[in-house]
Amino acid sequence: MNEERVLLGDEAVAQGAIDAGLSSAYGYPGTPSTEIMEYLLEVADKKGGFFAAWSSNEKTAYEEALGASYAGKRVLVTMKHVGLNVAADPFVNSALLDIKGGLVLAVADDPGMHSSQNEQDSRFYADFAKIICLEPRNQQEAYAMTRRAFDISEEYHVPVMLRLVTRLAHSRAIVRTGAGKEPNPREKASDVKGWMLLPATARRNWSRLLEAQKGFAALSETSPYNEERIVAPANPADSAATEPEWGVITTGLARNYYQEAAAELPLHAHLHISLYPAPEETLRRFCQKLKKVVILEEGNPFIEKQLRGIIAPELEIRGKMDGALPLTGELTPDTIRPALGLPSREGTATDFTLPGRPPQLCQGCPHGDSYFALNDAVKDYEESIVTADIGCYALGALPPYQSIETIVCMGASIGMAKGAAEAGSHPCVAVIGDSTFLHSGVTALVDAVACGTNMTVLILDNSAVAMTGGQTTILPSSALERVIAGIGVHPDHIRTFVPLKKNHDDNVRLLKEEMDYPGVSVVIALRECLETARKRKKSGAAQ
Amino acid sequence: MKYDIVLAGVGGQGVLSVAAVIAQASMLEGLQVRQSEVHGMAQRGGAVVSHMRIAHGDIPGDLIGKGNAELILSMEPLESLRYLPYLAEKGRVITASAPLVNIPDYPDERELLAEVKKRNQALIVDAKGLAREAGNMKATNMVMVGAASRELPLSRERFHEAIKGLFGVKGTAVVEGNIKAFELGRQAQD
Repeated sequence: MNEERVLLGDEAVAQGAIDAGLSSAYGYPGTPSTEIMEYLLEVADKKGGFFAAWSSNEKTAYEEALGASYAGKRVLVTMKHVGLNVAADPFVNSALLDIKGGLVLAVADDPGMHSSQNEQDSRFYADFAKIICLEPRNQQEAYAMTRRAFDISEEYHVPVMLRLVTRLAHSRAIVRTGAGKEPNPREKASDVKGWMLLPATARRNWSRLLEAQKGFAALSETSPYNEERIVAPANPADSAATEPEWGVITTGLARNYYQEAAAELPLHAHLHISLYPAPEETLRRFCQKLKKVVILEEGNPFIEKQLRGIIAPELEIRGKMDGALPLTGELTPDTIRPALGLPSREGTATDFTLPGRPPQLCQGCPHGDSYFALNDAVKDYEESIVTADIGCYALGALPPYQSIETIVCMGASIGMAKGAAEAGSHPCVAVIGDSTFLHSGVTALVDAVACGTNMTVLILDNSAVAMTGGQTTILPSSALERVIAGIGVHPDHIRTFVPLKKNHDDNVRLLKEEMDYPGVSVVIALRECLETARKRKKSGAAQ
Repeated sequence: MKYDIVLAGVGGQGVLSVAAVIAQASMLEGLQVRQSEVHGMAQRGGAVVSHMRIAHGDIPGDLIGKGNAELILSMEPLESLRYLPYLAEKGRVITASAPLVNIPDYPDERELLAEVKKRNQALIVDAKGLAREAGNMKATNMVMVGAASRELPLSRERFHEAIKGLFGVKGTAVVEGNIKAFELGRQAQD
């Protein structure tokens, strides 16, 4: 049904998948990708027609998607860029499979690290796995490319990556949607060898993938998503030349910023790349005629690095690697101007001192009470180590708490505390959230129990996946103690307290007892997230 | 015609609800709209900013360039000064007056408001007071939409239409309350 709607980039991807005949969707919350699945869950709840569910982590999500593809159905997997690190095992291996139902991986990168630990660029993953990648530059393209991605996946029997960035994922614009397609019939893959990676068959599949690269390259050379044009200046009298001597190469979002500046530029050539593998012949032909090329990419210098190579070409290349553009952070309409030879623009300014206002825990957050108790519990020891993890509670690094010392990646807190304890440190406390624990803390706890490590795990259980907007945890809080006991932590050393001011002294005492216990202890600080509690009551009242 | 607005505030103040009403009114007017926002880590009680772009024709980019915003519309006075580099020379600052003090080094309120008043045609709105007058403490955001409405290339009727469109499901009382708050904001003068 043709419609015009204002959608976030994430929502455009979700609607595109639905209109492409989606049968299943899996993912794990991760800014800026979360809204894709939230949209799908809402539609599935209201209208049905497909299966959508959060998974424990990105690896299980991706594997679940592979099952749907094997059964012949179209499936979408969603995650943020670092989530792909978790899903890397099934992801890289899935490129060797004879993909049946279209499998689209929507991964949202975070240039500028608005909500992440790094700025890794997922296009390198697509290249590493040797699959096809599409990179939309606006909401309309996000919708259309998602639909096309499913077709490409089935035509070429390969997973297709849809690479998003924060600025697109979390930006709204009008999208025209089209008529929806019916889901595939259920029909499992016909040749098991295509899904079996024993060395003998894996070698055959790998050769097939390498051979398929020629087809991907041909697709790239002819795709309308890779577009070349000559751009005349706004005022023809500005340029005596008839043939452009320089050009601009853009990828993804960079094209938007370039487009707004283009009217100020003299005659030049422009090449836009949004389907990978990058079209090498097109690139060679484009650059051959030019003396200089400016490369604008949102993310790491992926195309730029390939162009420069090790043997520097005669062509002058300006981009991130030679300092024409900043190597870090997202592109802005202002950062691209010097690279294009355009004057900087200034707005107004003030001498007034503007103190920073960094994010912080909500007033009354249970984590605050847990951290005050933890601070008092560890202060009497000569040297304690408190490792932490990814979630709202990561804000415990800031004043007035300053309770935690490390944040690396999902689930790292437990393993790191184990390693520090085995290196001789004591007490070692790992601070982890309930959802993070289920995501990838369980296996580290298994390690600790297996070694009988002298350490304490403090699970901050607010019964929510809070930082990403309050999604439901994969298992309810009531299941946690059983899971922990099942792993083998001694029941006497699985303790629970309620993080409230009035319980402060009791909670401190409890923590000290468990830190002093020379084995694995798990303390659960149990109190619901204020935000999710508020939303729950509000929707309850509305009904 | 193009109109670029930098919306500012503190996480939790409803910067995005303000953006939603303006976006809806713009869509009803048949204009192109592009609006970017911040989620996740950046929201929790920290400074938040949204770039809102309205135009007759295509708007390629989501971000406003420096010196290009016609308006800074802020839910909080300190935040109204944070994005001045984006404001055009002839651009305007409209802000709610009530400081949200959740940091230890928050500036002196009088000095802060004096600095805001130095801005070209600055308008400081007692959004809390007007919301109270409208009978709904939660309507501070709608007051600010009203305060900005005279600047925007949209008619008063369009805004009313947008409010009805967004809040209709919640009943007539809610719609009327919001329109009242909108009108009080629209009448606000410094």
